[in-house]
Amino acid sequence: MKVNNVILQFTAKIVFFIIFFFAVHIFFAGHYTPGGGFVGGLVTASAIVLLVIAFDLNTVHKLLPINYIYVVAIGLILALGTAAISMFVEQPFFTHFFDYFYLPLFGKTSLHTAALFDLGVYLVVVGVTMTIIQTIGDDE
Amino acid sequence: MKEIILFIALALFMVAIFLILYRVIVGPSMPDRAMGLDTIGVNLVSAMAIVSIILSTTAFLEAILILGILSFIGTIAFSKYIERGDIIERKRDR
Repeated sequence: MKVNNVILQFTAKIVFFIIFFFAVHIFFAGHYTPGGGFVGGLVTASAIVLLVIAFDLNTVHKLLPINYIYVVAIGLILALGTAAISMFVEQPFFTHFFDYFYLPLFGKTSLHTAALFDLGVYLVVVGVTMTIIQTIGDDE
Repeated sequence: MKEIILFIALALFMVAIFLILYRVIVGPSMPDRAMGLDTIGVNLVSAMAIVSIILSTTAFLEAILILGILSFIGTIAFSKYIERGDIIERKRDR
């Protein structure tokens, strides 16, 4: 059956970027306002799910050639590595560090190693959600 | 005075959600139920905005946006299921 869903596909192309940048905002604002790695990862996964619904699995795999199981592995390595940094400088496990830096575009910025741990959580959540959805949707 | 008006608005949203719930439960066809669930999502977004005015906080703004996004994607998934029978396809058939 030929189905013409041009409105859905055109809307998905635009709304994907809105949802994705909102997810990035939630991820980076998680230290001072509600949000963080978990919610940011879920919103990113829902943006990719919108693309999967509007198009199909092969097209989205051509667009984002990512094996999501590796994404989970990279996220776990990043979280564990961030937790293990402090062991090399004679501090207890999971000790976080922060300092203020003067970046060229942002001005005075506080960079915190908890953001790296949060990035690990983000990657794990995106990978696990997309793996579940691809495995369930791929029922042929 | 402002609080009273806000609580009246919340009560009206509750009445609207219950009226839509009738359509979701009784609704004779599946598109009726999908439309009802979408409308419940929109009403919940408005009610959450009013609650955040009553509590005078901005902590719910992200939750409002996320609920809007999830309601949108859920409605699209429902309507694709109703139209095509499956939500996620492996290969496009055209």
